[in-house]
Order: sequence, then C-alpha cells, then structure tokens
Amino acid sequence: MSIFISSLISVLIALIFLGFIILSLGDDPFEAYWQLVSWAMGTVPGLIQSLVSMMPLLFTSLGVLIAFKMKLWNIGAEGQFQMGAFAATWGALYLFPNIHNPWVMIPLLMILGAAFGAFWGFLPGIMRAYLGVNEILSTLMLNYVAIYWVNYLTYGPWKGAGSYNFPITAKFPQSAILPQYGSGGLNFGIIISIIMAFFVLYLVKYTKFGFHLEIAGDNLRAGEYAGINVKKLIILAMVIGGAISGIGGMAEMSGVLFRLQPNFSPGYGYTAVIIAWLARLDPIATIVVSFFFGALLVGSQQLQLFMQIPSSLINAFNGILLFSLLASEVFMRYRIRVVRS
Amino acid sequence: MNDIVISTFSGAIRAGTPLLFATLGEILAERSGVLNLGLEGMMLMGAFTGFSISYITGNLWLAVLAAVLIGGLMASLHAFMSITLRINQVVSGLALVFLGQGLSGFWGNAYVGMQANSFQNLKIPLLGDIPYIGPVIFDRDVLVYIGYISVPVIWWFLYKTTAGMNLRAVGEAPDAADARGINVILTRYVYTIIGGFFSGLAGAYISLAYTPMWVQNMTAGRGWIAVALVIFAIWDPVIALIGAYAFGGISVLQFSFQILQVPIPVNIMNMFPYIFTVFVMLFASSNRIKKLFGAPTALGIPYSREEKT
Repeated sequence: MSIFISSLISVLIALIFLGFIILSLGDDPFEAYWQLVSWAMGTVPGLIQSLVSMMPLLFTSLGVLIAFKMKLWNIGAEGQFQMGAFAATWGALYLFPNIHNPWVMIPLLMILGAAFGAFWGFLPGIMRAYLGVNEILSTLMLNYVAIYWVNYLTYGPWKGAGSYNFPITAKFPQSAILPQYGSGGLNFGIIISIIMAFFVLYLVKYTKFGFHLEIAGDNLRAGEYAGINVKKLIILAMVIGGAISGIGGMAEMSGVLFRLQPNFSPGYGYTAVIIAWLARLDPIATIVVSFFFGALLVGSQQLQLFMQIPSSLINAFNGILLFSLLASEVFMRYRIRVVRS
Repeated sequence: MNDIVISTFSGAIRAGTPLLFATLGEILAERSGVLNLGLEGMMLMGAFTGFSISYITGNLWLAVLAAVLIGGLMASLHAFMSITLRINQVVSGLALVFLGQGLSGFWGNAYVGMQANSFQNLKIPLLGDIPYIGPVIFDRDVLVYIGYISVPVIWWFLYKTTAGMNLRAVGEAPDAADARGINVILTRYVYTIIGGFFSGLAGAYISLAYTPMWVQNMTAGRGWIAVALVIFAIWDPVIALIGAYAFGGISVLQFSFQILQVPIPVNIMNMFPYIFTVFVMLFASSNRIKKLFGAPTALGIPYSREEKT
C-alpha cells in the first residue's frame, strides 16, 4: 500500500514540475491538464483511443518487465516491437499471399512476430551471457538498426503500389486483420494484450523460471550458487521479453495500422521502461499504468492539436517521473531505516 | 578522386568531434567511479540550448557557453541522484536521457526550420597548406581544434598531475582515497559535472557546426555510441580520439558511397555506425579484456563511509 502511495506522490510531483514546464511556454498548465484528462478519459472516443494506445504500451512493458525482474536492462523493446511489426507485414503481404483464412493467417503472423521479436532479444541476450556485452548499449543499438530496417523496406522494396511517393506498404489483406469492434479502433489485440499480462503474471509468480528470475534479481552470484544456470536465464528472459514485444508489433499492424510505415511507433518501447518501473514490475499493475500512459499519449496529441503544446512534453514527463520515482524510493528506504532503529 | 578522399577524411573528423567530446567527458566521469548513461540527453539539451542562444543573441561563444553549462546542470542532477541519494546509476542515466529528449523537443519545437549563426572553417596558416593533411585536419572550425587540444590536455592531466592521480584513485579504490584525505564525494561531483560540460559542448557542436540547425532528437544515438566508445577506448583519451574519428568515418561513409555510386541504399548505410558499435562491444567488453586493461574498479558503485562490505 505504501508503494502505491509513493508511486502516486511521484506522479503528483512530476505533474507539478511538468506544470512549470508548460508555464514556460506561456500556456496555462491547469487548462492543459484539463484538456488532457477531459478528452482522453472523459469522452467515449477518447477512452477508446486511450485503450488502443494502451495496447502497444502494455505489450512492450510486459516485454521489458521480465528482464527487469533479474535486473537486466532490456531497453530494446522498441526494436523488438518494430521487428515484430516488420515480420507481420512480411507474412501478411509477401509470405502467405494464398492464405485467405484468418484462423490460419493470424496465428501464423503472431508466431512470425514473436519469432523476430525474440530474435532481436536473443542477440543482446547471448552477447551479454557469454561475452559480458552491456545489454543497455546492445539493445539500444539494435533499436536503431530495426528502425532503419523498417525505413529501408518502406522507402524501398516494400513501398506499396498507389502510395504515390509516401513510404508506406500496401494494406494488409482482410484475412490478416484482427477482429474490429466499432469504428473507433477497438480491436481484438487489446484483449490479447490483457491476456498476455495474466500470462506474464503466471510466468513470473508461479513457474520455476519466475522463481529463478527473482533469485537472480536479488543477487546474481547467489543465483549461481543456488545452481541456476544464469547464462541460460539471461538469454531466456531476453528471448521471452522480445517475443512479447514482437507480438505487440504484430498486433499494432494487424489490429490498428494495417500497413507498415516509418515512425509508426512514437517510442512505445521507451515509454515501456517507465511503465514497468512505475508498476513496480507487477504485470497486473502494468495494465493500469499502461492505460494511464495510453491516455496521456492521446491527451498529449490533443494538446498539440488544440493548444499547440508540443507532444514531446510526454517525454519530459517520463524523465521527471522516473527521477521522482527513484527519489521516492530513497525516502522510503530511509523511513524503513528510521523505524528499525 | 582526391576530392572524395579529402571529403571523407574531413567528414570523419567533423562527425567524430561530437563523439570525441562526449567520450572524453564520460571518461572523466567514469574514472571517478560514476557511470552516466545520460550523454544522449545532455547532448540534446546542449544542442538545443546552443542553437537557441545563437539564434536569439547571434553570439556563438555565448551559445557554446550556455550549452556547456546546461550539460553541467543536467550532470549535476545525475550526480545528486547517484552520489548523494545513491540510487541506481543506470536508471538515473536513463531518466536523464528521457528528460533531455523531452525538454529539448518541447522547447525546441519553436526553433525547427530556423537559421542561426554557426561556426565557419578557420584555416590555420602554413599547416593548412600541406597537401591532403592541411585541408583535412587544419582547415576546420574552432571547436574541432578544441577537440584536438583536449586530448593531450586530458591525457596529461590524468597521468601526470596529482589531481589526475586523485581522480583515478577515487574511481579505483575510494576507501583508500578517502583514507588518504581525498574528498571522494566532492571529486565525483566535480568530474561528473565536467563530464556534463563536455556533453553539452558535443551537443553544441552538432547544432552549431556539424549540421547548423535544430531538429528534434538530432543527436540520433551519438550519446549512446559515445558510451560504447568509452569502453572501446579502455578509458584512455588517446584511444578515444582514434575511436571517435573512426566512428565519424563510418557515419559519413554513406556520402562518399553516394558519390562513388556504390549501390547500397541509404537506410542500410545508416545502420553501419550502430552495427559497428555492437561489433566493437563484442570485442571490447568481454570480461577478460575488461579485467586485463582495467575498467575503474568502483565504476557504478556509490560510495558511503558507513556502509563497508
């Protein structure tokens, strides 16, 4: 409970600082916050948009969460997400042109997305496990590679017919599109993402793998003494996390966008780092926090539209929030110490 | 052909200069035992601040000074978090990147597409006339020259002065340094902030000399490449110089390839610096090499007098 309160206080502190930053451009922070909340959480289309934005955030947050459990800094969800989206597009448009049954197509695309996301997690995983390569740097570098890969395909060989000069692929065939509910963008991918959260909960709480993650996270060396194959665990955590982010990329393609284009992700994989941290690596709390950040994203787009407040505001918020979360942890540690003595 | 050779090598130096500044600064910070992963954020703030001050005042040196100071200011936040509050330096560095990306993007939005004063080439007499070497090395802007000078100065400082020895002691054996009367906390603060100065300067170079304009996220991962370069350079300023210019060379290769009409798509060539970084890490960061050449022993470990293990 005190963890919940400290998170809440951190968010409040970050909002206060953010208010001053909004003020620095001469805008009224109260009006900005009101605009943000009233559209994204107070109207039905806004709520639907927030849910749609929640989905990629939830997938990628769950992806990084697993590695974070063992204090492995997987910052590669962005690249894994983009590789998943790439793989889904490859499957839908080029690999399986003759499959017209969505019951076959969708699972195939999901496996493909998971496989490429997993591969993008496997590379930094194996480099870390066997060569001690810092996973922050390797995952970040691979993010850039994935982004340029998508750029290359969409500007080059995959540029869709009839897209004029825009770097965008052809639209997915109907069989590759996830079930849609209404016209606001609600789709089956959102349900998959929530199921995924419960799957991750099961994974980290009720399996030997999750137990090992916990031990290795507390103390890597103790893990080794306890007979855990830490190398294997590192690779496994990166691969599973990558697969989940990859499925997220697939779901974003098949559920929301239906075609690949550059910059299709506003940095979901980076925001995921903050979400996982704010949710204290709890998969169920991650659902709630992802929704909150989805709403924030939708709201910040509204702010850009109606108050001309640049939407990179949300990145600044992320940074401030992470700092205040970290600081709040210190103060919690101090309080515990005082009680003990 | 000569033109291509000269433009490739001079491009390598130009593209390598921001990497060099950031790497040198991070070497100082890490030598004191503080790992600051926030280079990308500090560079972005430096780039934005430098550009905006140049746009507003037209004074380039004031712009550079402001960029340097903002880098130091951001670094002092990291220093407070990691040295005083002793929180996880990795996460604090990441937070610094988010903060820098967000604030520079937010405040910089008004400056997109604007033009500001920028550094012009300043040919050094005599030296600039040497064939090949002159136009590549001695016909650059002032900041590049500052980069040349920084390397021997920092090398001399690290290895030949008492202050440099104290700095290394703090990063290697903070307990012993403390016992000898060196103020560990103060030393770490000072060099973390100096590291920030350099990152701010690196950012200023990008927006005031390399590509004189402001674009959101214009550092494009160079801050992270610099973090990797520190490891590649095994915390040595001279190797950092070689590494930075080599990386600069890789990132401008695409322009030369375009002129030579090498049939590799631009977006594939854009991947090169990042892929190359991963390869460099593969060789440089194996634990064996780290042990052999010595990363600062206390790197990333907060120092506290009471808590001894």
